[in-house]
Amino acid sequence: MATTTTQTDIHQSIVKQQKAEQRKKQILNLVLLALLLLAPAVFYPVFLMKILCFALFAVALNLLLGYTGLLSFGHAAFLAAGSYTTGYLLSSFPGLTTEMGIIVGTAASLVLGLGFGLVAIRRQGIYFAMITLALAQLVYFFFVQAPFTGGEDGMHGVPRGYLLGVIDLNDNNAMYYFVLAVFLAGYLLVQRIVGSPFGQVLKAIKQNEPRAVSLGYNVDRYKLMAFILSAGLAGLAGSVKTVVFQLASLNDAHWHMSGEVILMTLLGGTGTLLGPVVGAGFVVTLEYQLSQGPLGDWVDPILGAIFVLTVMAFRSGIVGEIQNFMRKNMS
Amino acid sequence: MTEILGVPVAVLSGQLMLGIINGAFYALLSLGLAVIFGLLKIINFAHGAMYMLGAMCTVLMFDAFGINYWVALFLAPLVVGCFGIVLEYFLLRRIAGQDHIYSLLLTFGIALILQGVLTNIYGVSGLRYSMPEVFRGGMNLGFMFLPYYRAWVIVAALLVCFGTWFMIEKTRLGSYLRAGTEDSQLMQGFGINVPLLISLTYGFGVMLAAFAGALAAPIYSVSPVMGSNILIVVFAVVVIGGMGSIAGAVITGLMMGVVEGFTKVFYPEGSAAVIFLVMVVVLLIRPSGLFGKEA
Repeated sequence: MATTTTQTDIHQSIVKQQKAEQRKKQILNLVLLALLLLAPAVFYPVFLMKILCFALFAVALNLLLGYTGLLSFGHAAFLAAGSYTTGYLLSSFPGLTTEMGIIVGTAASLVLGLGFGLVAIRRQGIYFAMITLALAQLVYFFFVQAPFTGGEDGMHGVPRGYLLGVIDLNDNNAMYYFVLAVFLAGYLLVQRIVGSPFGQVLKAIKQNEPRAVSLGYNVDRYKLMAFILSAGLAGLAGSVKTVVFQLASLNDAHWHMSGEVILMTLLGGTGTLLGPVVGAGFVVTLEYQLSQGPLGDWVDPILGAIFVLTVMAFRSGIVGEIQNFMRKNMS
Repeated sequence: MTEILGVPVAVLSGQLMLGIINGAFYALLSLGLAVIFGLLKIINFAHGAMYMLGAMCTVLMFDAFGINYWVALFLAPLVVGCFGIVLEYFLLRRIAGQDHIYSLLLTFGIALILQGVLTNIYGVSGLRYSMPEVFRGGMNLGFMFLPYYRAWVIVAALLVCFGTWFMIEKTRLGSYLRAGTEDSQLMQGFGINVPLLISLTYGFGVMLAAFAGALAAPIYSVSPVMGSNILIVVFAVVVIGGMGSIAGAVITGLMMGVVEGFTKVFYPEGSAAVIFLVMVVVLLIRPSGLFGKEA
């Protein structure tokens, strides 16, 4: 009898602990949400929107890198696919409402993701990284030569248009809250995916792929699904970015962009939900600050140094290290 | 003038020639990647940067000290190789036990630093390097004109590739290397200094890249960004060939150069993309690569 009571006690205390932790998380999320809602009063909205777009991009990559264990070195292709498709649609069809342009842009990235995924998941590990990089380079060449992208010049003056045909997005505040809504939707979707049974299988694949296979999971299909979802979200980020800046350029498709989003994710903390957001905020802010000062030409080497430093010294990233610290000292 | 498929023979053989030369560089670079991958099990993302360093070294040594081409061809790889060993010892080695993704990201970061710093110092427009006197001009083969230097590039690259193959397959040091590729712990158990072997292997792989760079200096535009684009192509080559064998890396490299050359003749717009398309086809038909051993 005595053992049963202790067991129920332990069980109860675990439940209590989990509930307390959940409550803490909820409070943290509410505080963050309040900050995001109030932020445009303090910071320049376009700058904030840039952070949110890249945060969504990094969150998308993290679904693959952090939760499935697949390193895609070609995510710029999806950003650019969304970016160019939306830019082309909104520039060429003036009657189109903005959200339609974004939806089609995202769909284009989803399709591209399907194509990439089918080829890339045939190999694992570092081959996967090399294949995605090579495929993205193929897409880059396509965008350089395609007649509608404007080649080296890019696409300028993409109209922001009207959301649902009524809300004028040329107002920066309206634009900001729209971007925030898109970002939150993407973030919550990833949170939902990661917590779902599907997400659990992804984590199982990350930890030990042969084991997941031997448990009877069709690993390739899960990986493909994760890849497509990630590509779609990256495309969504690209589409929204084009609407914000009214421009789509080759920078979005360059391998440099793929590297940058990996850095954001890694620096913030792979496999944590908040990590990529923090990382994106950090990198975008850093790039902005550097470009204002005398070190403007040194962005690349500094990013490289941060890469080296992160890999050598704190692989769990900013959020990951904070979590580890809390776990060690709070329990 | 004789024609094949509506293209003059001179044009066709000229492009074939250029293709073989590009292929020789692909071969040297993918060979280095394969050697490093064999023992360290990492993909050296800094390989393009090392190729660039080799070329920059050759040019700068000439500009600063007047070191001539032949000495540079030997000295530049040596300098860059030593630099590679330093990198291996202070950085790569520290994360050896971690997921291979990290070493890939680490080398990517190193490449960004090298490329970024040199771009700030020398710009991206490219440095001039005059070809050594011996190689000026060329000979007429009847069906095409063959510049001496291009002939030399092919001969030198093939010699080095063959030398590497010979060293790895036929010598005692090579046998250590192959054994280490199979099971480095067991090797350590037999009393072989595996960490040293790893350092030397990385240094050697990097040397091959730098040698390719030195070889490229007189014919390609030498600039801090010359390494990044060729590296992506070489990655595709490596995926096509598979990193299972030394000979496979070399043959695939040459083959892809030729394929690229022919595409330039028949469909110039596609020449930049053709190797990536071949990669896709190979992955769909034979995922382990043409010479790959693993499934």
